[in-house]
Amino acid sequence: MYNYFVYLALMAGVTYLIRMLPLVLVKEKIKNKFILSFLYYIPYSVLSVMTFPAVFYSTGNVVSASVGTVVALILAFFNKSLVTVAGLSALSVFVVELLTKIM
Amino acid sequence: MEQNSFFKGIKDGLPICFGYLSISFAFGIFAIGNGLTLIQAVLMSMTNLTSAGQLAAVPIICSGGALAELAVSQIVINLRYALMSVSLSQKLGKSVKMRDRFWMAYANTDEIFAVASSQESVGKKYFFGLMLTPFLGWTLGTLLGAGAGNVLPEIVVSSLGIAIYGMFIAIVMPKVKRERPTALCVGLAIVLSVMFYYIPCLKTIPSGFTIIICAVVSSATFAYFAPINVCGEDEENV
Repeated sequence: MYNYFVYLALMAGVTYLIRMLPLVLVKEKIKNKFILSFLYYIPYSVLSVMTFPAVFYSTGNVVSASVGTVVALILAFFNKSLVTVAGLSALSVFVVELLTKIM
Repeated sequence: MEQNSFFKGIKDGLPICFGYLSISFAFGIFAIGNGLTLIQAVLMSMTNLTSAGQLAAVPIICSGGALAELAVSQIVINLRYALMSVSLSQKLGKSVKMRDRFWMAYANTDEIFAVASSQESVGKKYFFGLMLTPFLGWTLGTLLGAGAGNVLPEIVVSSLGIAIYGMFIAIVMPKVKRERPTALCVGLAIVLSVMFYYIPCLKTIPSGFTIIICAVVSSATFAYFAPINVCGEDEENV
Protein backbone atom coordinates (compact mmCIF):
# COMPACT_ATOMS: atom_id res chain seq x y z
CA MET A 1 0.00 0.00 0.00
CA TYR A 2 1.36 3.33 -0.97
CA ASN A 3 0.07 6.83 -0.62
CA TYR A 4 -2.25 7.59 -3.54
CA PHE A 5 -0.03 10.38 -4.79
CA VAL A 6 2.89 8.01 -5.21
CA TYR A 7 0.78 5.86 -7.51
CA LEU A 8 -0.55 8.90 -9.33
CA ALA A 9 2.85 10.45 -9.91
CA LEU A 10 4.22 7.17 -11.21
CA MET A 11 1.26 6.59 -13.48
CA ALA A 12 1.16 10.12 -14.87
CA GLY A 13 4.92 10.09 -15.31
CA VAL A 14 4.90 6.83 -17.23
CA THR A 15 2.00 7.86 -19.47
CA TYR A 16 3.65 11.17 -20.21
CA LEU A 17 7.05 9.66 -20.94
CA ILE A 18 5.55 7.19 -23.39
CA ARG A 19 3.98 10.02 -25.31
CA MET A 20 6.83 12.49 -24.94
CA LEU A 21 10.01 10.53 -25.60
CA PRO A 22 9.15 9.44 -29.15
CA LEU A 23 7.77 12.86 -30.04
CA VAL A 24 10.96 14.56 -28.88
CA LEU A 25 13.55 11.95 -29.81
CA VAL A 26 12.38 10.28 -32.97
CA LYS A 27 12.94 12.22 -36.10
CA GLU A 28 12.88 9.41 -38.66
CA LYS A 29 10.31 6.70 -39.06
CA ILE A 30 10.69 3.33 -37.40
CA LYS A 31 11.47 0.72 -40.03
CA ASN A 32 11.73 -2.59 -38.19
CA LYS A 33 8.79 -4.72 -39.33
CA PHE A 34 8.41 -6.72 -36.18
CA ILE A 35 8.32 -3.63 -33.96
CA LEU A 36 5.92 -1.85 -36.28
CA SER A 37 3.63 -4.87 -36.42
CA PHE A 38 3.78 -5.36 -32.67
CA LEU A 39 2.90 -1.72 -32.08
CA TYR A 40 0.10 -2.09 -34.59
CA TYR A 41 -1.54 -5.05 -32.88
CA ILE A 42 -1.01 -3.91 -29.31
CA PRO A 43 -3.92 -1.46 -28.94
CA TYR A 44 -6.43 -4.00 -30.20
CA SER A 45 -5.15 -6.84 -28.06
CA VAL A 46 -4.94 -4.60 -24.98
CA LEU A 47 -8.50 -3.33 -25.36
CA SER A 48 -9.80 -6.85 -26.04
CA VAL A 49 -8.08 -8.26 -22.97
CA MET A 50 -9.44 -5.45 -20.82
CA THR A 51 -12.96 -5.95 -22.19
CA PHE A 52 -13.33 -9.72 -22.03
CA PRO A 53 -14.48 -11.24 -19.77
CA ALA A 54 -14.64 -8.17 -17.49
CA VAL A 55 -17.48 -6.57 -19.44
CA PHE A 56 -19.84 -9.30 -18.30
CA TYR A 57 -19.32 -8.19 -14.70
CA SER A 58 -19.42 -4.46 -15.35
CA THR A 59 -23.06 -3.93 -14.51
CA GLY A 60 -25.53 -5.02 -11.83
CA ASN A 61 -25.89 -8.54 -13.22
CA VAL A 62 -24.49 -10.83 -15.89
CA VAL A 63 -27.72 -10.95 -17.89
CA SER A 64 -28.00 -7.19 -18.42
CA ALA A 65 -24.25 -7.02 -19.11
CA SER A 66 -24.53 -9.73 -21.74
CA VAL A 67 -27.34 -7.94 -23.48
CA GLY A 68 -25.37 -4.69 -23.40
CA THR A 69 -22.32 -6.46 -24.81
CA VAL A 70 -24.26 -7.98 -27.69
CA VAL A 71 -25.82 -4.59 -28.46
CA ALA A 72 -22.37 -2.99 -28.46
CA LEU A 73 -20.96 -5.69 -30.73
CA ILE A 74 -23.80 -5.29 -33.22
CA LEU A 75 -23.66 -1.50 -33.30
CA ALA A 76 -19.88 -1.53 -33.62
CA PHE A 77 -20.15 -4.04 -36.43
CA PHE A 78 -22.21 -1.48 -38.29
CA ASN A 79 -19.54 1.15 -37.69
CA LYS A 80 -21.54 3.34 -35.36
CA SER A 81 -19.68 6.09 -33.55
CA LEU A 82 -17.98 5.58 -30.19
CA VAL A 83 -20.56 7.59 -28.32
CA THR A 84 -23.47 5.85 -30.07
CA VAL A 85 -22.16 2.40 -29.25
CA ALA A 86 -21.34 3.29 -25.65
CA GLY A 87 -24.58 5.18 -25.10
CA LEU A 88 -26.95 2.67 -26.64
CA SER A 89 -25.36 -0.31 -24.97
CA ALA A 90 -25.68 1.49 -21.62
CA LEU A 91 -29.30 2.21 -22.48
CA SER A 92 -29.99 -1.43 -23.28
CA VAL A 93 -28.52 -2.44 -19.92
CA PHE A 94 -30.79 0.08 -18.28
CA VAL A 95 -33.84 -1.31 -20.06
CA VAL A 96 -33.02 -4.90 -19.17
CA GLU A 97 -32.46 -4.06 -15.52
CA LEU A 98 -35.64 -2.02 -15.43
CA LEU A 99 -37.59 -4.92 -16.92
CA THR A 100 -36.16 -7.43 -14.45
CA LYS A 101 -37.15 -5.10 -11.63
CA ILE A 102 -40.70 -4.75 -12.86
CA MET A 103 -41.29 -8.44 -13.55
CA MET B 1 0.16 24.11 -45.77
CA GLU B 2 0.60 24.28 -42.05
CA GLN B 3 -2.68 24.32 -40.19
CA ASN B 4 -2.06 26.83 -37.45
CA SER B 5 -5.43 28.35 -36.61
CA PHE B 6 -6.31 28.28 -32.92
CA PHE B 7 -10.03 28.59 -33.67
CA LYS B 8 -10.00 25.76 -36.17
CA GLY B 9 -8.38 23.69 -33.46
CA ILE B 10 -11.15 24.55 -31.02
CA LYS B 11 -13.76 23.70 -33.62
CA ASP B 12 -12.20 20.34 -34.46
CA GLY B 13 -11.82 19.54 -30.79
CA LEU B 14 -15.43 20.04 -29.77
CA PRO B 15 -16.77 16.65 -30.95
CA ILE B 16 -13.92 14.99 -29.05
CA CYS B 17 -14.88 17.04 -25.98
CA PHE B 18 -18.47 15.79 -26.05
CA GLY B 19 -17.37 12.19 -26.46
CA TYR B 20 -14.97 12.59 -23.55
CA LEU B 21 -17.65 14.09 -21.32
CA SER B 22 -19.74 10.94 -21.48
CA ILE B 23 -16.91 8.44 -21.18
CA SER B 24 -15.17 10.29 -18.35
CA PHE B 25 -18.52 10.56 -16.59
CA ALA B 26 -18.70 6.77 -16.56
CA PHE B 27 -15.09 6.63 -15.44
CA GLY B 28 -15.82 9.01 -12.58
CA ILE B 29 -18.56 6.72 -11.33
CA PHE B 30 -16.30 3.68 -11.74
CA ALA B 31 -13.50 5.34 -9.79
CA ILE B 32 -15.75 6.24 -6.89
CA GLY B 33 -17.27 2.77 -6.95
CA ASN B 34 -13.79 1.34 -6.45
CA GLY B 35 -13.06 3.55 -3.50
CA LEU B 36 -11.29 6.61 -4.87
CA THR B 37 -12.31 10.04 -3.64
CA LEU B 38 -13.62 12.67 -6.02
CA ILE B 39 -10.37 14.64 -5.88
CA GLN B 40 -8.30 11.51 -6.54
CA ALA B 41 -10.43 10.62 -9.57
CA VAL B 42 -10.33 14.12 -11.04
CA LEU B 43 -6.59 14.43 -10.51
CA MET B 44 -6.05 11.12 -12.25
CA SER B 45 -8.01 12.30 -15.27
CA MET B 46 -6.27 15.65 -15.36
CA THR B 47 -2.79 14.19 -15.25
CA ASN B 48 -3.28 11.21 -17.56
CA LEU B 49 -5.91 11.72 -20.28
CA THR B 50 -6.25 8.04 -21.08
CA SER B 51 -9.43 6.00 -20.69
CA ALA B 52 -7.98 2.50 -20.93
CA GLY B 53 -4.97 3.31 -18.78
CA GLN B 54 -7.07 4.91 -16.08
CA LEU B 55 -9.56 2.07 -16.12
CA ALA B 56 -6.79 -0.45 -15.57
CA ALA B 57 -5.01 1.64 -12.97
CA VAL B 58 -7.94 2.05 -10.60
CA PRO B 59 -8.21 -1.61 -9.50
CA ILE B 60 -4.44 -1.84 -9.14
CA ILE B 61 -4.24 1.23 -6.94
CA CYS B 62 -7.30 0.35 -4.90
CA SER B 63 -6.03 -3.13 -4.15
CA GLY B 64 -2.64 -1.80 -3.12
CA GLY B 65 -0.80 -3.31 -6.05
CA ALA B 66 2.95 -3.18 -6.54
CA LEU B 67 4.39 -0.07 -8.16
CA ALA B 68 5.99 -2.26 -10.82
CA GLU B 69 2.62 -3.71 -11.72
CA LEU B 70 1.17 -0.24 -12.19
CA ALA B 71 4.14 1.06 -14.14
CA VAL B 72 4.53 -1.87 -16.50
CA SER B 73 0.81 -2.23 -17.14
CA GLN B 74 0.56 1.47 -17.95
CA ILE B 75 3.48 1.12 -20.36
CA VAL B 76 1.89 -1.80 -22.19
CA ILE B 77 -1.60 -0.31 -22.27
CA ASN B 78 -0.35 3.07 -23.42
CA LEU B 79 2.31 1.73 -25.76
CA ARG B 80 0.26 2.69 -28.78
CA TYR B 81 0.85 6.34 -27.86
CA ALA B 82 4.52 5.83 -28.57
CA LEU B 83 3.70 4.85 -32.13
CA MET B 84 1.28 7.74 -32.43
CA SER B 85 3.95 10.13 -31.24
CA VAL B 86 6.39 8.82 -33.82
CA SER B 87 3.72 9.26 -36.46
CA LEU B 88 2.72 12.71 -35.24
CA SER B 89 6.31 13.92 -35.11
CA GLN B 90 6.50 13.44 -38.87
CA LYS B 91 3.65 15.89 -39.31
CA LEU B 92 4.63 18.81 -37.11
CA GLY B 93 4.98 22.11 -38.91
CA LYS B 94 7.59 24.85 -38.70
CA SER B 95 5.76 26.71 -35.93
CA VAL B 96 6.36 23.82 -33.57
CA LYS B 97 9.61 24.28 -31.66
CA MET B 98 11.33 21.56 -29.67
CA ARG B 99 10.03 22.98 -26.41
CA ASP B 100 6.45 22.78 -27.76
CA ARG B 101 6.77 19.04 -28.24
CA PHE B 102 6.97 18.70 -24.47
CA TRP B 103 3.49 20.04 -23.82
CA MET B 104 1.98 18.66 -27.01
CA ALA B 105 2.99 15.17 -25.98
CA TYR B 106 0.78 15.42 -22.89
CA ALA B 107 -2.37 15.63 -25.02
CA ASN B 108 -1.55 13.01 -27.63
CA THR B 109 -4.63 10.86 -27.03
CA ASP B 110 -6.29 8.52 -29.55
CA GLU B 111 -8.86 11.00 -30.73
CA ILE B 112 -6.68 14.12 -30.67
CA PHE B 113 -3.99 12.24 -32.54
CA ALA B 114 -6.49 11.04 -35.16
CA VAL B 115 -7.79 14.55 -35.84
CA ALA B 116 -4.33 16.14 -35.83
CA SER B 117 -3.10 13.47 -38.25
CA SER B 118 -5.80 14.31 -40.74
CA GLN B 119 -4.14 17.71 -41.23
CA GLU B 120 -1.34 17.94 -43.75
CA SER B 121 0.91 19.78 -41.31
CA VAL B 122 0.19 20.53 -37.65
CA GLY B 123 0.87 23.97 -36.21
CA LYS B 124 1.26 24.69 -32.50
CA LYS B 125 -1.65 27.12 -32.20
CA TYR B 126 -3.93 24.66 -33.94
CA PHE B 127 -2.86 21.81 -31.68
CA PHE B 128 -3.32 23.95 -28.60
CA GLY B 129 -6.89 24.78 -29.64
CA LEU B 130 -7.49 21.14 -30.48
CA MET B 131 -6.46 19.84 -27.06
CA LEU B 132 -8.15 22.49 -24.97
CA THR B 133 -11.82 21.48 -24.97
CA PRO B 134 -11.17 17.72 -24.82
CA PHE B 135 -9.00 18.30 -21.74
CA LEU B 136 -11.79 20.31 -20.14
CA GLY B 137 -14.39 17.72 -21.14
CA TRP B 138 -12.37 14.83 -19.77
CA THR B 139 -11.77 16.59 -16.46
CA LEU B 140 -15.26 17.99 -16.06
CA GLY B 141 -16.89 14.69 -17.00
CA THR B 142 -14.85 12.90 -14.36
CA LEU B 143 -15.83 15.53 -11.80
CA LEU B 144 -19.52 15.20 -12.63
CA GLY B 145 -19.42 11.41 -12.70
CA ALA B 146 -17.56 11.17 -9.44
CA GLY B 147 -19.94 13.65 -7.86
CA ALA B 148 -23.09 12.18 -9.31
CA GLY B 149 -22.24 8.62 -8.42
CA ASN B 150 -23.79 8.99 -5.02
CA VAL B 151 -26.84 10.83 -6.20
CA LEU B 152 -27.86 8.77 -9.21
CA PRO B 153 -30.14 5.77 -8.77
CA GLU B 154 -28.32 2.45 -8.63
CA ILE B 155 -29.77 1.28 -11.92
CA VAL B 156 -28.28 4.26 -13.78
CA VAL B 157 -24.86 3.73 -12.23
CA SER B 158 -25.08 0.07 -13.17
CA SER B 159 -25.94 0.81 -16.80
CA LEU B 160 -23.08 3.27 -17.17
CA GLY B 161 -20.69 0.56 -16.05
CA ILE B 162 -20.72 -0.81 -19.56
CA ALA B 163 -20.10 2.50 -21.35
CA ILE B 164 -16.32 2.41 -21.39
CA TYR B 165 -16.34 -1.19 -22.62
CA GLY B 166 -18.80 -0.18 -25.31
CA MET B 167 -16.26 2.38 -26.44
CA PHE B 168 -13.47 -0.21 -26.51
CA ILE B 169 -15.65 -2.51 -28.60
CA ALA B 170 -16.40 0.36 -30.98
CA ILE B 171 -12.66 0.90 -31.45
CA VAL B 172 -11.70 -2.74 -31.98
CA MET B 173 -14.63 -4.08 -34.03
CA PRO B 174 -14.04 -2.15 -37.30
CA LYS B 175 -10.50 -3.53 -37.55
CA VAL B 176 -11.58 -7.04 -36.62
CA LYS B 177 -14.23 -6.86 -39.31
CA ARG B 178 -11.81 -5.90 -42.00
CA GLU B 179 -8.51 -7.53 -41.13
CA ARG B 180 -8.13 -11.23 -40.58
CA PRO B 181 -4.80 -11.18 -38.70
CA THR B 182 -6.11 -8.52 -36.34
CA ALA B 183 -9.28 -10.55 -35.77
CA LEU B 184 -7.24 -13.65 -34.95
CA CYS B 185 -4.91 -11.67 -32.71
CA VAL B 186 -7.90 -10.30 -30.83
CA GLY B 187 -9.34 -13.81 -30.64
CA LEU B 188 -6.14 -15.14 -29.11
CA ALA B 189 -5.98 -12.24 -26.69
CA ILE B 190 -9.52 -12.94 -25.52
CA VAL B 191 -8.89 -16.66 -25.11
CA LEU B 192 -5.83 -15.92 -22.98
CA SER B 193 -7.68 -13.30 -20.99
CA VAL B 194 -10.53 -15.68 -20.22
CA MET B 195 -8.04 -18.36 -19.16
CA PHE B 196 -6.36 -15.95 -16.79
CA TYR B 197 -9.72 -15.01 -15.38
CA TYR B 198 -11.01 -18.46 -14.56
CA ILE B 199 -8.20 -21.00 -14.30
CA PRO B 200 -7.36 -21.45 -10.59
CA CYS B 201 -3.60 -20.89 -10.51
CA LEU B 202 -3.69 -18.22 -13.22
CA LYS B 203 -6.40 -16.15 -11.65
CA THR B 204 -4.21 -15.23 -8.71
CA ILE B 205 -2.05 -13.15 -11.01
CA PRO B 206 -2.96 -9.47 -10.51
CA SER B 207 -4.95 -7.70 -13.22
CA GLY B 208 -2.14 -5.44 -14.36
CA PHE B 209 0.20 -8.31 -15.13
CA THR B 210 -2.59 -10.29 -16.75
CA ILE B 211 -3.21 -7.51 -19.23
CA ILE B 212 0.49 -7.27 -19.97
CA ILE B 213 0.99 -11.00 -20.50
CA CYS B 214 -2.09 -11.61 -22.63
CA ALA B 215 -1.67 -8.53 -24.82
CA VAL B 216 2.07 -8.92 -25.33
CA VAL B 217 1.89 -12.64 -26.10
CA SER B 218 -0.91 -12.26 -28.65
CA SER B 219 0.57 -9.15 -30.28
CA ALA B 220 4.09 -10.57 -30.48
CA THR B 221 2.78 -13.84 -31.92
CA PHE B 222 0.96 -12.11 -34.70
CA ALA B 223 3.70 -9.54 -35.25
CA TYR B 224 5.95 -12.49 -35.91
CA PHE B 225 3.62 -14.61 -38.02
CA ALA B 226 1.57 -11.90 -39.68
CA PRO B 227 3.62 -8.72 -39.98
CA ILE B 228 1.78 -5.74 -41.34
CA ASN B 229 2.60 -4.12 -44.65
CA VAL B 230 5.24 -1.47 -44.97
CA CYS B 231 4.66 2.09 -43.93
CA GLY B 232 2.96 1.36 -40.60
CA GLU B 233 0.27 3.84 -41.41
CA ASP B 234 -2.73 2.00 -40.00
CA GLU B 235 -5.06 4.82 -39.19
CA GLU B 236 -7.76 5.50 -41.75
CA ASN B 237 -8.32 9.06 -42.88
CA VAL B 238 -10.56 10.66 -40.33
